[in-house]
Amino acid sequence: MAYLVEMKGIEKSFPGVHALKAVQFDLRPGEVHALMGENGAGKSTLMKIMSGIYPHDGGDMFVDGQPVTPDGPRAAQDLGIGIIHQELSLMNDLTAAQNVLIGREPRRSFGRLDEVALNARTAEIFASLNLDMDPRTQVGTQTIARQQLIEIAKALSYAPRVLIMDEPTAALNDTEINELFKVIEKLKADGVGIVYISHRMDEIKRIADRVTILRDGAYIETVNAADTPLSTIIQLMVGREVKQMTPDIPDTSQNPIALEVRNLSRGKDVRDVSFNVRKGEILGFAGLMGAGRTEVARIIFGADPRDGGEILVDGQPVNIRTPHTAVQAGIGYLSEDRKHFGLAVDMTVRANIAMANLGQFTSRTGVLNETAMENTALDYIDRLGIRTPSDLQEVRLLSGGNQQKVVIAKWLLRDCDVLIFDEPTRGIDVGAKSEIYALLEDLAAQGRAIIVISSELPEVMRLSHRIAVMCEGRLTGILPGGATTTQEQIMQLATQRDPASVGAEDLL
Amino acid sequence: MTATATQAPKSTLARIIAAGTHQRVLAFASLVILLIGFSIASPNFMQTSNMIAILQATSVNGVLAIAVTLVIITGGIDLSVGTMMTFCAVITGVVLTYAGLPMIFGVIAAVLTGALCGAASGTFVAKMAIPPFIATLGMMLILKGLSLVISGTRPIYFNDTPGFSEISRGSLIGEVIPSLPIPNGVLILFIVAAVTAYILNRTVLGRYCFALGSNEESVRLSGVNTDRWKIVIYALAGAIVGIAGLLIASRLNSAQPALGLGYELEAIAAVVIGGTSLSGGRGSILGSLIGALIMAVLTNGLRVLSVAQEWQTVVTGGIIILAVYADMIRRKKSN
Repeated sequence: MAYLVEMKGIEKSFPGVHALKAVQFDLRPGEVHALMGENGAGKSTLMKIMSGIYPHDGGDMFVDGQPVTPDGPRAAQDLGIGIIHQELSLMNDLTAAQNVLIGREPRRSFGRLDEVALNARTAEIFASLNLDMDPRTQVGTQTIARQQLIEIAKALSYAPRVLIMDEPTAALNDTEINELFKVIEKLKADGVGIVYISHRMDEIKRIADRVTILRDGAYIETVNAADTPLSTIIQLMVGREVKQMTPDIPDTSQNPIALEVRNLSRGKDVRDVSFNVRKGEILGFAGLMGAGRTEVARIIFGADPRDGGEILVDGQPVNIRTPHTAVQAGIGYLSEDRKHFGLAVDMTVRANIAMANLGQFTSRTGVLNETAMENTALDYIDRLGIRTPSDLQEVRLLSGGNQQKVVIAKWLLRDCDVLIFDEPTRGIDVGAKSEIYALLEDLAAQGRAIIVISSELPEVMRLSHRIAVMCEGRLTGILPGGATTTQEQIMQLATQRDPASVGAEDLL
Repeated sequence: MTATATQAPKSTLARIIAAGTHQRVLAFASLVILLIGFSIASPNFMQTSNMIAILQATSVNGVLAIAVTLVIITGGIDLSVGTMMTFCAVITGVVLTYAGLPMIFGVIAAVLTGALCGAASGTFVAKMAIPPFIATLGMMLILKGLSLVISGTRPIYFNDTPGFSEISRGSLIGEVIPSLPIPNGVLILFIVAAVTAYILNRTVLGRYCFALGSNEESVRLSGVNTDRWKIVIYALAGAIVGIAGLLIASRLNSAQPALGLGYELEAIAAVVIGGTSLSGGRGSILGSLIGALIMAVLTNGLRVLSVAQEWQTVVTGGIIILAVYADMIRRKKSN
């Protein structure tokens, strides 16, 4: 059968990451081809190459059998390839119609806009989607779900032959998903090829014809959706060949509870989350992107306000409203984005380590004591094994793993009893990862309570004494760590949607 | 999809407020309150001659504010409008006084010079990816220097071009209605405002101004040539600055090469008071016009009340902070 799009041996590297390794993918007219894989498997990167947003480093792409190299979103559009992005990319200050037809506004002479035609054409597209919305509605005033629908309308307005949908249902409720699937059926009947990326297993069974699985940037297999059980797909996604290291779990059940969270809530992001972590324990947080793990951490740390819930440190309720009060209560948060929030990368290792605790190095007259800072910095460089030529090296010149150690040093100096690590090994190579793991285990052994948020299942399983799993803002379960828990069990909880809350989404 | 919150039909008033015009309403109300307050405080304030003086004082800053509004809506900033205005005036001086060409060439030269300077700034921002603040700061200094070099640091007078001072000081309206001698400078201000508002709200160029300021990456991914449009927008702003150059040269009947620095900040202040968001995506010409009027009314009113000029500056500064604070509160509430 002729392929609409065929990709062979696609290679893509970003600084420090080999994102795609000889990946292949093909799409027939009138089919829904699901692209599956864990976070970071390379799905979005592959689709950004197909839609001309990223250039590829190697491999070939064919449209209708002809070799092509779309060198921009426009070129891909001209080839009939449209994409609905995972992150919303709308202009909030403009109306729905202005967004849908951006770049293709109906014009009159002298570049004057034909606002009537603009709204009429958008209304037609909305009607075909069964979407009840005034084209003149300002996008920023709409819910995320309705913005997502505007995004879909925008992609359809190009009348694409290939439509890439990157998690289109992430923000939709069941009624809206049903409408979307009707649209997909209609597009299929018209011969449009659809690439469908989703983490929701039930959807794959419902609408996909074929499924291609990627893992760690490599092509694994393409299977027929109809005759492949979900468990097989999950197995292919998470992989089996790596022998799992399991943590040596100490008995911490008698240790005092360091941090307890009761009924924490914040809009749709965090719904009624309760858990505790004991001194000396490592609690892992697993879940898919957008499950609400980072949001929970940010609320505990006072970076975002909460709608409701209690936070107790050492059994005492604390009123955390700002990061400053969180630190005073002994809670530290190491953000997933080190460069933006964790480090002053243009300053030295010494300055960064001392940064959060300058009071300790300041004399009564307000002068900084460089010698004391140097001694402390050298002490931590030694204790954490930070590889740097000197304590006066600029942090940006260190590797990712060593930068992360500097952040850790900074928080250790604050003497926090509860440390929350958000994606502690993101962008860090394998060797440095195990060093960070050992460090976290050390910190726990010293009696600190550690929370680790990670999107990499092997990492959560390697580190955690207990594993909390979240899905769509809810805590769907807490599993014991160690060899008894399988990746499949975690994935099950991570995709366990709550039908009741899904239907009620719009009432919130 | 039909099950989700259906759009309730909105009243015109609700629509106006939803469109983010609240700040403009607030600015307009402040203007009215200022006018009433000063009239009560001083009987001399509400004289026709004084009102015309206020409008005349608004004209140059108003035109500059309109120009910089376009750039600010795209999420940029233009610090060069003050010295660019002077540069355009100097070039007009060269064309009219040094070369002795007819007046129309001076007008064309001013607008063209502004457009070219703006296109240059736009190129720095779009093609060379220099942040607008830095690109236009550089432009500001370059143009200040060039004005001094070309003029030999001396003013260029337009005594050989009869009628040049009429561009700003004459009154076409006054010839028709003698009791209403509104100067041409003010007429030009309102024409520039009306045309620019039309461009901003009814043409593709205006649409991309808002779109760029709202989410530039999204516009780029939609296949729009964002670089080209940015250059065009900066060039249009430059052309409008050229008109401001004509206005000030005509009012002073000379091109004063040392003038210009500081005008850009007054223009930006007017834009901000008028409710245009410095982070881009929202704004209006009407708002900037009202902002410029507020500043002129304040200056004039305080002078009528014999408040020292030093204090007028202090008050203006306070107003800017109040205006932006009011906007911040409104935004927090709407989020």
